[in-house]
Amino acid sequence: MTPIRMSFSSLREGRWYEYVIRFALGGAATVFTGFTSRQYGALVGGLFLALPAIFCASATLIEAHEIRRKHEAGLAGQRRGQLSAAMDAAGAALGAIGLLAFALVFFLSVESSVPAAFVTASLAWAVVSVAAWYARRKWRHVRHARTLRRRSAAESLERRAAERRFLKVH
Amino acid sequence: MTEYLVRFLLGGVVVSAFAMLGDVLRPKSFAGLFGAAPSVALATLGIAVYQHGARYAALQGYSMMAGALALALYGVVVCQLLVRAHFRALPVTLLALVVWLSAAFGLLFLAGGST
Repeated sequence: MTPIRMSFSSLREGRWYEYVIRFALGGAATVFTGFTSRQYGALVGGLFLALPAIFCASATLIEAHEIRRKHEAGLAGQRRGQLSAAMDAAGAALGAIGLLAFALVFFLSVESSVPAAFVTASLAWAVVSVAAWYARRKWRHVRHARTLRRRSAAESLERRAAERRFLKVH
Repeated sequence: MTEYLVRFLLGGVVVSAFAMLGDVLRPKSFAGLFGAAPSVALATLGIAVYQHGARYAALQGYSMMAGALALALYGVVVCQLLVRAHFRALPVTLLALVVWLSAAFGLLFLAGGST
């Protein structure tokens, strides 16, 4: 079964001004990148194509949503909010590997065919991001299973030692 | 002026679309992938190709690789600060921009870009 699913309830949780903020930030980041490219050249401008400006808003909104949800349930929710934002940041770090693939494919192919460059670069982003996320998930599962096995082995050794001590005494 | 208005509208639409897609996807770590979606890049590179040609857009793609590596570092730093130092999201994401800027310009400098 796929671990990825869709939940449209989160769209109902969002306030209208949160969507306006994201739209404005996205627009501002694009204007800023264009301005930087014009003032300082394509190389410096290109750096800002990976600027995490929108991420700041997203992480803050995720934290706020989680805190609001916990407040409604009568809990503080601050820690849960921080952890949700942290998970989003971990995902963004993996997505950045996909963004690297996007940039590399675009750089290598844009002078041959512009439409093909956009399509293949976007596909590269999607494939590499999902693969990185899946690999991290698998690695975490393996590490968790190994920890459980080690803990269970230690407990079993401890139990056997206790049994031996019990038999010696009685 | 018209160019900047087009940039603003196009950037706003593409970024909002990716952000909403990230909102509806679960688990959260998967949705986080959309925090690093090429939303600004798609809008900007399209305009760059139209205005300056493919060579110019290729140069932007080249330096974007340094930006993407810096973004990966930024994501790790933000995650660690939130989990271990218990800071709030807004100050952490804003402060860590220093890490992104240093890493991005540092990598571009190492790659031989004239910054």
